[in-house]
Amino acid sequence: MKNLVSFAAGLVFGLGLIISGMTDPNVVIGFLDLFGQWNPQLMFVMAGAVMVNLALFRTILKKQRPRYADAFSLPTKKDLDAKLITGSALFGIGWGILGICPGPGIVNVVTLKPLFLVFGASMIAGMFVHKVIFKE
Amino acid sequence: MHPYLLSLIGGILIGLSASVMLGGLGRIAGISGILMGVFTRPENDNSWRASFIAGLLVAGALALAIKPELMSYDLAGFSTTAAVIAGLFVGFGTRLGSGCTSGHGVCGLPRLSKRSMIATVTFMAFGIATVAIKGVF
Repeated sequence: MKNLVSFAAGLVFGLGLIISGMTDPNVVIGFLDLFGQWNPQLMFVMAGAVMVNLALFRTILKKQRPRYADAFSLPTKKDLDAKLITGSALFGIGWGILGICPGPGIVNVVTLKPLFLVFGASMIAGMFVHKVIFKE
Repeated sequence: MHPYLLSLIGGILIGLSASVMLGGLGRIAGISGILMGVFTRPENDNSWRASFIAGLLVAGALALAIKPELMSYDLAGFSTTAAVIAGLFVGFGTRLGSGCTSGHGVCGLPRLSKRSMIATVTFMAFGIATVAIKGVF
């Protein structure tokens, strides 16, 4: 059941990314081009997603436990450290270069376009570089 | 349909998906963490991660099959070198910063997590700065 729920959630998430324009690098770059030809389209994606979750997360987290698991597994780190900020900054630079973040990066692999295959492989390589350096 | 409306609908779908993950599995729908977890978390309880990633891929395949123009983008302005560099920055950065647009943005902001707010402002700012700098050259 867990796998079915997770698969369905991934499917809906992926369709959401495609419908919203998040998988098109030009739309993303347009959104980040605040000082140029700014395209506000993606504001509506974040607004839609955050509004839904603001409404639903509260109710969900009041429950004793999730429907198909024993307990909630929420992030435990609380400190605003250099890793959080440096990592987010590096991610932002990469996002600005190609206009692709991890979700759309995975979805776009199915196009089999060399650009997206290279990005996907390189992204996973970057994750392993982090693992090797920080042993996390 | 107007692109803004499509974006809003897409955003709502993304939010619903994240809520299903939290309410169903008690998990944050943070894609960078889920992806890396597929490779590095050997515990028995790991298959949900692969299932989620499979869902993302099937979404792409469905879109390609039903409405291929949804995924035919103009990629003329992007080089392979840019894809290599961007991938390394995105992969390394999201692990170091414990999350990406989904984990920090879609899930962290509604949880009112301070870490996620700082992360989201930071990656937005650096994304905007990078595009601005690229525009100069």
